[in-house]
Amino acid sequence: MTQPPAAEPLLEVRDLRTHFSLRGSFGQRLVGRESGSVKAVDGVSFELRRGEVLGLVGESGSGKTTLGRTVLGLAEPTSGSIRFEGQELVGRRERELRPLRKRMQMVFQDPHASLNPAMDLLTAVGHPLIVHGVVKRVRDTVPMVTNALETVGLSPVEQFLPKYPGDLSGGQKQRAMLARAIIMNPDLLVADEPVSMLDMSVRAKILELMLELKSEFELTYLYITHDLATAKFFCDTIAIMYLGRIVEYGPTETIFRDPKHPYTVALLGAVPDPDSSEGLPTDPPRGEVPDAAEPPLGCSFHPRCPRAFERCGWDSRDLKDRLEARWAGMPESQFERERAVIGDIEALESPSQAAIIPAGKGHSGSEVSALLDEMRKADPAEPTWSGIESTSVEPGGLRVRFRPPVEPRLGSRDGVDVACLLYGESEPPGQDRLDSDRSV
Amino acid sequence: MSEPVLSVRDLRVWYGTARGSVRAVDEVSFDLSAGETLGLVGESGCGKSTLGRGIVGLLPEGAAADGTVSFDGRNLVGLPTAELRDLRGPELGMIFQEPMTRLDPLMRIEDHFLEMLETHEPGLSRDEMKRRSMETLGGMGIPPTRFRHYPHEFSGGMRQRIMIALALVLRPKVVVCDEPTTALDVIVEAQILGILQDLKRNFDTALLLITHNLGIVAEACDRVAVMYAGQIVEEGPARRVFDTPAHPYTRELLRSIISLGTEGLQYIPGAPPDLIDPPAGCHFHPRCPDAMRVCASNDPVAVTKAIDHRVRCWLSGPHNLVPAGEDEPLATREFAKADEA
Amino acid sequence: MAMPSVEEPTANTRPAGPAPVRARRFRTLHRMFAPFAEARGMPRFVVWAGVAITTFFIVLALFSPAIAPYDFDQYRTADGVRFAKQEAPSSAHPFGTNVMSTDVLSRVIFGARTAIEVVVLSIFVSMAIGLPLGLMSGYFGGKLDRILLVFMDALIAFPSLLFAIVIAFLLSDTFGRGVTTAALAISVVYIPQYFRVVRNHVISIREEAYVEAARAIGARPRTVIRRYVFQNVVQNVPVIATLNAADAILTLAALGFLGYGIQPTEAAEWGYDIQRAISDAGAGIWWTGLFPGCAIVLLVTGLTLLGEGLNDVINPVLRRRRIIPVRFPPLRRNGNADE
Repeated sequence: MTQPPAAEPLLEVRDLRTHFSLRGSFGQRLVGRESGSVKAVDGVSFELRRGEVLGLVGESGSGKTTLGRTVLGLAEPTSGSIRFEGQELVGRRERELRPLRKRMQMVFQDPHASLNPAMDLLTAVGHPLIVHGVVKRVRDTVPMVTNALETVGLSPVEQFLPKYPGDLSGGQKQRAMLARAIIMNPDLLVADEPVSMLDMSVRAKILELMLELKSEFELTYLYITHDLATAKFFCDTIAIMYLGRIVEYGPTETIFRDPKHPYTVALLGAVPDPDSSEGLPTDPPRGEVPDAAEPPLGCSFHPRCPRAFERCGWDSRDLKDRLEARWAGMPESQFERERAVIGDIEALESPSQAAIIPAGKGHSGSEVSALLDEMRKADPAEPTWSGIESTSVEPGGLRVRFRPPVEPRLGSRDGVDVACLLYGESEPPGQDRLDSDRSV
Repeated sequence: MSEPVLSVRDLRVWYGTARGSVRAVDEVSFDLSAGETLGLVGESGCGKSTLGRGIVGLLPEGAAADGTVSFDGRNLVGLPTAELRDLRGPELGMIFQEPMTRLDPLMRIEDHFLEMLETHEPGLSRDEMKRRSMETLGGMGIPPTRFRHYPHEFSGGMRQRIMIALALVLRPKVVVCDEPTTALDVIVEAQILGILQDLKRNFDTALLLITHNLGIVAEACDRVAVMYAGQIVEEGPARRVFDTPAHPYTRELLRSIISLGTEGLQYIPGAPPDLIDPPAGCHFHPRCPDAMRVCASNDPVAVTKAIDHRVRCWLSGPHNLVPAGEDEPLATREFAKADEA
Repeated sequence: MAMPSVEEPTANTRPAGPAPVRARRFRTLHRMFAPFAEARGMPRFVVWAGVAITTFFIVLALFSPAIAPYDFDQYRTADGVRFAKQEAPSSAHPFGTNVMSTDVLSRVIFGARTAIEVVVLSIFVSMAIGLPLGLMSGYFGGKLDRILLVFMDALIAFPSLLFAIVIAFLLSDTFGRGVTTAALAISVVYIPQYFRVVRNHVISIREEAYVEAARAIGARPRTVIRRYVFQNVVQNVPVIATLNAADAILTLAALGFLGYGIQPTEAAEWGYDIQRAISDAGAGIWWTGLFPGCAIVLLVTGLTLLGEGLNDVINPVLRRRRIIPVRFPPLRRNGNADE
């Protein structure tokens, strides 16, 4: 953040990484070898001051949920630091973290799945009290549970105490989850998509309840969502995440008034808006969020970015995408002809800075080169071509070398932090990858 | 307006339960023209999905349908299962929320298409079938190199594109899309909606787009039908209905939506009614801020507000049917907080 | 139950509390038995037939001294008059007497007692070991899971009867050749079954959001297992237990038949009786073999019906809602009723 912190932040996350190792093939598992890792959270830093609402916004696969779970100790961080009121949480054992759980609670996305179907509301909502030894017996939780249920609007309470989750509507279940979350009077509430599974007209009610709880219990929220509209309304600060990293971070108002990162711009453009009269967004970014096990080189968003340019980290997979995009919808005969020129296209699948496009059987590297030239001529504006540094014909195909990838780093710009090369922020090539490799 | 390709009249789809019949769809009528997208919106449990399934004849056990769904000179309600099955695909397409449940995980994408074509157009040669499927898939942005892949090798958005291609390869006249983008990310959602848009432009397909997302309706639909408690309460051109909603439910629903322009939270008090025993009169009257005394006793009548804009609300008339003095405001009842969620 | 004891009281041990707490207990019972009341048609018939047959045998077992005319090893009247050997059914001996001059009816009735004792004990032991192991293996996973899985699979792969014989043989030195040995030998055979079923179920439940939610409130693993995982796994246990009980009856009879089961001096046992009756059959003495055989068939059928019925009734996936036909009233004509 640009302005100096007013007080010590409640939660301070520095360069947090949560990587999951992938279970490999049967053979690899047999010899106990790991086949790689998914960098679900890959070097994230933010801070959250008391009473503030921070929104972690991103699509599926952005790592926002893993980040929330890591903060609560439900997923194990690989490296980095999480400080809660100055206390370091990373590296502490689950047992040591347990007392802190009183002060950090979580609300989950799916209200239908987050309550134990075999537990009535009295037991479920009062369970934190027993778990943390505040009271010993379920009957002693009755006054506090009654209080909490009344606070979240599940009244008359006597009717709700003996109910099982199966008897409740989605909104009521989410209220019960909130009651359980506040019963220990926590400081931090991690809300993971608390309204996204609810009906449109119920969302406003739950959000209003969360705002009421915030002022009544002086709560600080970490609000995880894919929904920009609720984030805009609900959050003070927003961090836009893409593929495990924060790409834009700043005050909500500034970000929505003047989104900097092309991804933020694309997200905003894609939100279906009942007030809009423009119709569909004309040109949403191509493709989908790539596999986090093999992220693109350079900026993770570059393959989809409408404003990408030569330094964004073009790699072999981009070439494969260009070829496939060209072939989609092409007359069959032409496709067969062009397909034959290229050998095993899967050789390009793993993103790399230098690669050989294999020539098909009976074809030569120069034919591959000719095909690339033709593609370039057909779509000269395509930024992928600008990322190619050199090509050379080899016996087996065409060697393509891309420009060295540059990792965009979060840098301050007009009151927000943005990680995009368009804004000039850069660092020595490859440095960040090396860092992350060392920390695995 | 051209002749409608699909015309629904007084359609009722009820589920039998031990407590009584659930009136999931209750006397619904609407028309769908070629090349038109009709958005069917409502909250969960309002019967919109049941209506979609009722039209294509894919109802679960225990559901019964009554009324007429005229398509191609035939009434689809009560049509023998085998005849309906032959219509589904070549005439009536369907696209569902979760594509993975509709794709056979053990079958290559190619085989899905070949099977579909073999079933419904057995006269085609194998080469012709391949050409047709690849052309349709290509139109959806699926490269031919992936034609022989299995469903699990595709991302969520790609799978939905494949489902659309599968529904389109037979060029149906009507396609029912049930929440086709709900499981997808917003950017992919925008891509898919764009594809659906192209589709109706290029093939003159009539689309029934069932969704809970009013934003999607506003951006992607020509007309909108708003459903509440098993009934269509308002129907008209999307832009017009959203700008000047005639039914209080539509108005309140629009106000309760959290959009990028939301400044303060608004919501409709209470919760949708139990469809086994819905309130008498207008089903919305207990929650309606403008309810009159007539609303609690008499069923509202469909009134045409403007060309193609119909509403079922006593506020819009017909005023001659409102008994004298019955237009007094209804004494509002307080909702228990618990009913809210 | 071999579950670790936790400081929290469970629903059944809690003293009568305030009204909502008391009301809960009835609701819990209601939730447990509601599926039985709602069951219709075939599942209803199956489950009630199973209940009737099983109850019949349990009553026989509980009150066998009162019901049976003689003791299981009694071969003479109280006055010392020896019963006739292999006597055909008569009013004094409705099922006749066997080669040892004991009353067949009494042996069948006391045999029910033996069978029920062995089955209850063996199910208890195999659950007490199989359930916690399955819970831990499924919940914690990792090395523990892999080792237990290999071990249990090896047990399953072993022919169960042969296995039971070996165990019975090994245990006979310590426990003699009575009910305990037979029960333990049989329970070892069924431990892997409980383990597998519970473990697989736990693995699916472990991924549920409510388990993560329990961790998020700071619950210890054992609390999570006990209150969140076990409570949802336990629903399937009655089904496996009854089906295993049916199987256990057969294993017990087979042990007795092969001479590795309960000593004839310890208790009456159907399998042993049938083995003794083999030579009778050729001589036209049908009653010594028929009645113990019928008892086995009937009890196994009853338990199987009960198990299958429970499965249909309890398991919501299998449970089919009764279809209630819909009758449409006349149209209201779009609400234009008053025109």
